[in-house]
Amino acid sequence: MNPFDTNIAHLLAGSMVLVSFLLLYQDRMLPLLNIFAIHACVLACSVGWQAYVQRAPHLFITALIALLFKGVMIPIALRRIVVRLGIHRTIENVVSIGPTMLFGIALVGLSIIVMLPVTQSADTFVREDLAFALSVVLLGFLMMVMRRNAVSQVIGFMSLENGLVLAASGARGMPLVVEISVGFSVLIAFFVVGIFLFRIRERFDTVDLQALDMARGEST
Amino acid sequence: MNVSVGTVALAGLLAIPSLGIVLLAVIPNYRIAAPLNVILCAVTLVSAGALYSHRPEPSLYLIVDDVNTVFLIVGALVGFTTSVFSAGYIAHELQTRRLRSRDVRFYHAMYQLLMFALNLALVSNNIGLMWVAIELATLTTVMMVGIYRTSAALEAAWKYFILGSVGIALALFGTILVYVAAEGRLGEGMPAMAWDRLAAHSAGFDPALLNLSFVFLLLGYGTKVGLVPVHAWLPDAHAEGPTPISAVLSGLLLNVALFALLRFKMIMAGNPGVISPGPMMVTMGLASLIFAGLMIYRRRDIKRMFAYSSIEHMGIITFAFGLGGPFANFAGLLQMAMHSLTKSGIFFGVGYVCQLEGTQQIADIRGLTHSQPLLGWLLLLSVIAIAGLPPFGIFTSEFLLVTSTFAVAPWLAILLVVGLMIAFSALMLRIHGMAFGATDKHYSLGAYRLAPMALHLTLVAIAGVYLPGAIVAWFRHAAILLG
Repeated sequence: MNPFDTNIAHLLAGSMVLVSFLLLYQDRMLPLLNIFAIHACVLACSVGWQAYVQRAPHLFITALIALLFKGVMIPIALRRIVVRLGIHRTIENVVSIGPTMLFGIALVGLSIIVMLPVTQSADTFVREDLAFALSVVLLGFLMMVMRRNAVSQVIGFMSLENGLVLAASGARGMPLVVEISVGFSVLIAFFVVGIFLFRIRERFDTVDLQALDMARGEST
Repeated sequence: MNVSVGTVALAGLLAIPSLGIVLLAVIPNYRIAAPLNVILCAVTLVSAGALYSHRPEPSLYLIVDDVNTVFLIVGALVGFTTSVFSAGYIAHELQTRRLRSRDVRFYHAMYQLLMFALNLALVSNNIGLMWVAIELATLTTVMMVGIYRTSAALEAAWKYFILGSVGIALALFGTILVYVAAEGRLGEGMPAMAWDRLAAHSAGFDPALLNLSFVFLLLGYGTKVGLVPVHAWLPDAHAEGPTPISAVLSGLLLNVALFALLRFKMIMAGNPGVISPGPMMVTMGLASLIFAGLMIYRRRDIKRMFAYSSIEHMGIITFAFGLGGPFANFAGLLQMAMHSLTKSGIFFGVGYVCQLEGTQQIADIRGLTHSQPLLGWLLLLSVIAIAGLPPFGIFTSEFLLVTSTFAVAPWLAILLVVGLMIAFSALMLRIHGMAFGATDKHYSLGAYRLAPMALHLTLVAIAGVYLPGAIVAWFRHAAILLG
């Protein structure tokens, strides 16, 4: 593997981590959707680069799925839902932005500390890719924990899945079945979410999950 | 000859539910769809049974061995009896207009999709394929849990969806790490995802990577098993969905997730350099057992209470497999089979109780042995069975587990017994109030509708008194394979 190829791969994977941070602090709904679209596009570039470097043409399909489906279709669909539900104003964070960002940085540090020593036998290419991917996954988790709004939780989840696709594409020669199915499962997952969002709206007039907690039978 | 029968049975196991999805999705009439659902499940059960004696050769994608036939046959049996129960249950829900006929069509198609996904997860020889199948099973059950569309059902489905997806995401990351560990040794591509090759060659994998991957897999698939502290979705999903789904969740889905975990444990077992996964599983199992036992006391909702009892039993089973060795594994397998049968039987009974009484609140249910004697006594006996009293099968497996734990680690055995006692007394306390007490209500319920429940209880009672030699040999062999 020549150093240039590796550097570009790291640049792209590193950009995904940065965009994950943007997702983490963006507290307005429509910009959040735009940033998610950027996240997916960076993922598409990264996977495309892997496809080129590894001479693995099937990865181009994964890249294309990421670009068209997650980069274009889902943000457009979510934008329509958000506008229709009239929630394109602000999202309340449970914790303020400063501590959230610090916590996110700690998570990235953690994933590097965990991944790098463990993967010493693998080549640098895979190692650092996995470290970046784990960072994106953990930041996705953090976003899901911090947000209360159903739409932003879903975006957190999708950014997490982007991290998984990044990891899968970095693992050399990982069979196609898995990647396509990852794309496929996101599709199904999105359907479910779409249905749910509308039904939640029907029932409660809000997509704030706090209202759902109130509706629980047992805890009261 | 053997090969061809096995191949046909394996194909049937996957093809029949797939056919069922299409058929049941297009048949609008419930009176045709419900019996068809039963017939499809029966044929699936026959295919699963045929795999016991006829094993096809493993391929890169599918495998049939002693371990997964145990899960397959128990699963197909519970799937079949649940479809019989579900036919009567759904008819009642249509009459009371809790469900519309469109929902029922969706429900039946989803039921077959779930069977397909669970069978695929069990027979897959490919860790990627197994992950896809379990994800599919999760999404299917999410849709079924939310089918009533009440606020509580939606909340339960949403919680299940979010927690399930997070779990499944962790499991995928673990799966990728296993592939990365194997790729250097087995070469790129499919062979490095085939479970039988992974298990055979794991000695050459990087132990540190395997350790890390198992942590992700334990948390990921452990979420689906319902292990404490990642169990939060389970009581909600059981309580708010249709009761046949509660039965299938407890009797099938939890087992399949545990099976996935066991497959990875078997890979780990081949590598001398790794941290043993046993203690982690023992700890989570014990925590689940004791926590769930305490929670049973505080429940006011009957389905939620039995959901916590499922967490308790999954804890016991995880504990048994974590302990390892032929005896504990045997006890774990037996406990798994007995729990599936007993708990799904209990949910059949609970389904009728909720429909007759019109409530899920434990405080409002009284004197079942007077108002509907057959149902009341069957439920009482089933709860006695699940609490672990003789002469039922769960007593046998728990006794075996406690004695084999005493031989290895006496302190753990004390904790185990304390946990079992807590859950036992909690269940007895609650069922006493529901089964006895004065009531002037009388319900009529055709005895034939209680047949699935009676069948499960009979099987569990027979297993408690006499286990046929063939089954003992089969389980023993599976237990040795599990390491």
